[in-house]
Formats: sequence, structure tokens, C-alpha cells
Amino acid sequence: MTATLSLGGVSSFYGAVQALRSVDLEVNPGEIVTLIGANGAGKSTLMMTVCGNPRARTGTILHEGHDITNLPTHLIMRRGIAQSPEGRRIFGRMTVHENLLMGAEAAGRTDTPALLEEVLALFPRLRERAGQRGGTLSGGEQQMLAIARALMSRPRLLLLDEPSLGLAPLVARQIFGAIRELNQRTGLTVLLVEQNAYQALRLAHRGYVLVNGAITMAGTGAELLARPEVRAAYLEGAHA
Amino acid sequence: MAYALQQLINGITLGMIYGLIAVGYTMVYGIIGMINFAHGDIFMIGAFLSLIALLGLASLGITAVPIALALTLIFAAALAALYGWTVERVAYRPLRGSFRLAPLISAIGMSITLQNFVQVSQGARVKPMEALIPGGFQIMEADGFAVRLSAMQIMIVVTTLCVLAIFTWLVTRTPLGRRMRACEQDLRMASLLGIDTDLTISVTFIIGAALAAVAGLLFLLYYGAIDFFIGFIAGVKAFTAAVLGGIGSLPGAVLGGLLIGLIEVFWSAYFSVEYKDVAAFSILIVALIFLPTGILGRAEVEKV
Repeated sequence: MTATLSLGGVSSFYGAVQALRSVDLEVNPGEIVTLIGANGAGKSTLMMTVCGNPRARTGTILHEGHDITNLPTHLIMRRGIAQSPEGRRIFGRMTVHENLLMGAEAAGRTDTPALLEEVLALFPRLRERAGQRGGTLSGGEQQMLAIARALMSRPRLLLLDEPSLGLAPLVARQIFGAIRELNQRTGLTVLLVEQNAYQALRLAHRGYVLVNGAITMAGTGAELLARPEVRAAYLEGAHA
Repeated sequence: MAYALQQLINGITLGMIYGLIAVGYTMVYGIIGMINFAHGDIFMIGAFLSLIALLGLASLGITAVPIALALTLIFAAALAALYGWTVERVAYRPLRGSFRLAPLISAIGMSITLQNFVQVSQGARVKPMEALIPGGFQIMEADGFAVRLSAMQIMIVVTTLCVLAIFTWLVTRTPLGRRMRACEQDLRMASLLGIDTDLTISVTFIIGAALAAVAGLLFLLYYGAIDFFIGFIAGVKAFTAAVLGGIGSLPGAVLGGLLIGLIEVFWSAYFSVEYKDVAAFSILIVALIFLPTGILGRAEVEKV
């Protein structure tokens, strides 16, 4: 079986600062894989490096067996990869509807109406907000919009960066619920970066721990949850 | 009263031309946050291309004015678009990701290059052209002053409004326009959605240059004389219009163009022709003290 995403020896830099150190990572079809780590460990950099911005300086990135290490970002994203990035980055001066259309059109999809129905069924709140400008939404709604926009390209691989950041626990649970449902129903493959390690590890099939740009541990969600060093570093004080 | 009405007509006509050029400044600023100082010279190139096309068509025996003008418009817009694309490709794209002032400096370089290129290839003397569209209407007469609306002025206003309507539709209603707005709001996110941002930026330059060429043709027809230096003054005025209207805002660019045109014309009519530019720029300064983001501009943190 070909891995959906496979990183081999990937290093990348922000200016002179090395952000990733020879990272090996694999995401298999139908899996939810999570990446946990402290602030500044390089989680978001890893997501962005997969998308070619910044570019990996060493190593190779394979998507479904194809080398995408040196592809321009927009061509990587048109291969069936979508990202809901750190900070959501929705288009604040476009309507919710336009934001969603962008997700489909930019990836070259032509079956927009059907996709729109599907995504709005998953996040009914966005239907009520369709004509509103993105910038006027609440944090939780913006997060839903960012995920919905990514889903509009019907990706085979969804890169999800901090979906629970700044959200009330209830809203965060709704979002995690939606991800789990999508994964079970459609087999969507997800690479999830999370601060909320407990939630993420419970949701994920497998996880990696990133420390200072290097992978230090890997295992199934349950295994990592049981590891004392993981509990000490990332779950201390969490509602375990 | 009649005199003032005449100035209003003249001011709107001039303002339309400034507005067309200003749209190009504002679009490029919106999408990559740089002032394209070579844009005024693209306008000048557009005027020269129009002159060359009109003379060429005349020598081929095509003298029916509507046909000649339509062909000239297409020819000038297409070639100016090619210039705009080339300028972006050779002078700005290689500097993307460089320090902020780098593309600004190369823009000034491009401006000088284009001016000198035209000066050398077309000569430095003023190129006159006979009026192609004569006629007009007398709207009213009062106190011995006849208010005239020339056919030329009608054509300028109608052409500009049509071009702007098409362009507004393009930006607000089509997928291409959505892509342009996405790039304008967040270039990096746009590429994460699969948008070819380099291509979208090129398209922005192409459209801006084509609009400038339309302005160049109208300028040539209206004033009947051009030289290699017209792009500088018109460019600075249009840039002022874009800033006054709120840089990054398309309706703002047109509004700013109209205001600059009106200020200039009314000042010339009632005070002195010599100081019309001083008046236009002074009002810009005053406006910016009280409205730093321009009339329709958004208060916004500068993009990094």
C-alpha cells in the first residue's frame, strides 16, 4: 500500500533558523495522524513544508508515491491536498459563500453546487451565515469556515492546523466530532496538528511527538497517551 | 453658472482619464503592496501605440472613424498589456520576497527605461494628431457663454464607464476576479488553495496595463498631442487619485480620479492655470492629514 503522505529526512529552515531536523513521517490512507508538540516545536512548519512553503532543504516528500518536494505550492494543493492553516486565514472581506467557492474553484473543481451542499450539511451554521463577510464571524465559525473551505476541494489528504485553538471546549468538541465523522464516513485522511494533545491523541489513529523540529516518539494514540513522558510534558493539568 | 457647468463637464472628462490610470495603480498595490511607478509610462506607451495604430490604419486606407478607433483600442490595449506583463516579469517578479524597497526601485528604473525607449525610438518632439471626432452639442447659453458638450467628451465618459463596468463585473462576479481578490487579501492562503499566484499577479498587471492603454488612446484623442513625458505627470496625478480615493479600493480610484480632475479644472478656471498641479497636490496633502487611508480606504495594518 502506498502511503498518502511520506516524509523522508525532511529538514527546513526559516531564514537561518532550522525548523525541522530530518523528519520521517508517514500518513496512510484513511488514517488520522496527529502531531503534538510544544509551541515552536515546528508543527506548523511541517504542515507548510508539505505544501512547499518553506521548501524542504533536504529530504523528500512523497504524496501517493509522487515526489512533490519541489513542486510549486499551487500544484501541490491541486493534487488533492488541502490545508486549514494556522490562524484560519479566511478571506475576511469575502462572504462565507465566496470563501467556500474559492476552496473548490482554486483547486479546479467544477462540481461546486454538490460540494457546497455536502459541506453545508456538515456545518449547518455556515448556511445561516452564507451572505455574511468572513471577517464578521465568531472564532468558532471562522474555524468551521476554514475547515469547510479546505473540504470544498474534496481533498484526499486534509492538513488541519490547530482547529481547537481559542475555541470554547464545546465548539472544539463539535469540530473534532465533525473530523471523526468525515474520516469514518468518507475515509478522509487527516494530518492533525494540535495543542490539545489529549483530544488529538484520542481522535487519532497514530501520533508523532515533535520536539525542537525532530520527531522523538511515535505510536498509536492510545500508546502515546499511556507514555509517562507524554503525560508529563503535554497532558499535565489536562482533563485526562 | 453656465461657466461653472462647462468646467464641471471638462473636469469629469479629465477625471475619467485619471480614474482609468488610477485603477491600475490601485490594483497592483492591492495585490502585491507595491507602487508600480512604471504604470504612468505604460499609459504613455498606450498613447503612442494608439497613434501608431491610427496612422497605420489610415495608410492602409481604413479611415472610417468607428472602425479605426475600435481596431486601435484593441491593438493598443493588447500591446500595452504585453508591456505590462513584461515589466512585471523582468523587473518585479525576480524581486518578490526581497526587501520591500527593491521592487519600488526597479519600478522607477522601468519608468526611466520606458521613457527613454520611446524618446529614442519615436523622437523627443511632441506628436500632434488631428481631431478625429468633431462635433458636439450646445447644452445652454447664458450671459453670452455657451456651454458645450463635445462628442469627444461624451465618448470619453461613455468609454470609461463601459470599461469600468466590465472591469467591476470581472472583479466582483467571476472566478478570475475572486482569485484576484483572494490574492489581494492573503497571497499565501491563495496559493494554499491551489491558486497560481504568479499567474494571477501577471493577469493583474495585464488588465491594469490594458486600462492604461485605453486611457492613453482617450488622452491622445482629447488633447491631440503626446510626447514621451506625458506618462510622468499623468502617472503622478493618477497615483494621487488612487491615494486620495483610498489605495487598494477600485471605486476609490475612480472617485479620486474624478476629484483630481475637477480640482484641477476648477482651479484653472477660477484661479490660475499655472498652479493647478499645486492645487491638486495641496488638497491631497490636506485630505491625507484628516483621512490618512483615503476616502474609501480601509484602516488596515500594513501587509508584511
